[in-house]
Amino acid sequence: MINIIWFAMMFIGLVVAAATGKIDAVSEVIFSSAEQAVAVAFSMISVMTFWLGIMKIIEKSGLIHWVVKILRPLSVLLFPRLPQNHPAVHAILMNMSANLLGMGSAATPFGLKAMQELQKLNPDAGSASDEMCTFLAVNTSSITLLPTTVIALRAASGSQNPTEIVGTTIMATLVAWTTGIIAERLLRNFSRAGRR
Amino acid sequence: MLQSLLQILAAWSIPLFLLLVLVYAVYKKVDVFDTFVEGAKDGFQTSVTLIPFLVAMIVAIGLLRASGAIDLLVGLLEPLLTRFRIPGEILPLALMRPLSGSGALGITAEILNSYGPDSFVGRVASTMQGSTDTTFYILTVYFGSVGIRKIRHALAVGLIADFAAFAAALIFCTLVFG
Repeated sequence: MINIIWFAMMFIGLVVAAATGKIDAVSEVIFSSAEQAVAVAFSMISVMTFWLGIMKIIEKSGLIHWVVKILRPLSVLLFPRLPQNHPAVHAILMNMSANLLGMGSAATPFGLKAMQELQKLNPDAGSASDEMCTFLAVNTSSITLLPTTVIALRAASGSQNPTEIVGTTIMATLVAWTTGIIAERLLRNFSRAGRR
Repeated sequence: MLQSLLQILAAWSIPLFLLLVLVYAVYKKVDVFDTFVEGAKDGFQTSVTLIPFLVAMIVAIGLLRASGAIDLLVGLLEPLLTRFRIPGEILPLALMRPLSGSGALGITAEILNSYGPDSFVGRVASTMQGSTDTTFYILTVYFGSVGIRKIRHALAVGLIADFAAFAAALIFCTLVFG
């Protein structure tokens, strides 16, 4: 699947560039995008290193059990087949809390830790598990109490009331979140592991 | 009032959280430094693993943008939107939002500047920008970090959720702001 999508993106990009006379831009874009991708990965090193260190402290001190206790209903609802005391659930709940509190820089390290733990429970290592798909459905519609970037952007462009979109944003996110989770439950049987 | 409260909350959440984590750990007699270093040592490897996945995806998205393919799609879809009385100005944002975080943020900034942040289009764009994350980027990074290439229905689910968020943004903004 990912092979077809990537091929289609590259193919359409190249063909349209040729057809619209932007062929000169192609090699420049390839170079600058690749450079940007490496820069993203490198800028993640610092953040990942810091938050994975903090995560270890949270686990070792037992603070994680408070997080798990508070958010257990959510993880039971979303991940009924995961053992609720597994590190995978810990990392998932930390990721969701970080997103909720607007700690975007912490959310990704916790999320990647969650993926690594989910991979340990994955019966077919080459293929996404149902739990991973649920987790990503939760993540791509990132629930946050405060869309800080947008508020800052609105304030910067002279809004009379930069925070007035908080309500509509939370409602739209909730719709996306619920839709994603329901869609995942409906689609998982059509894309059983082993197939593509 | 509410706004300054929210700004304070945003500025304080990480410092307070770190304080809580560290004080609780010391109270529980955890060796905080040793434990931090032990956990942190995986950070480098995880990030570097992502490079090939990120290069593949960001180059493809960069090509789509620079070639004008997205503009072409906007041109094709715009008449359809006007039939449903949806402002066509937000279409580039809706198409860019799942693909590129920085690209979408740029479009949102552009909409806020040209139509005003308190216009209907400005409010819809703000809501769209804040209510979903960059689906392609998240899938690339998260699956890339564990080396999974058979992503099954994850992309379909992400895009369905994005579409739901955009529809909801339009509906809620119409209801709340008229």
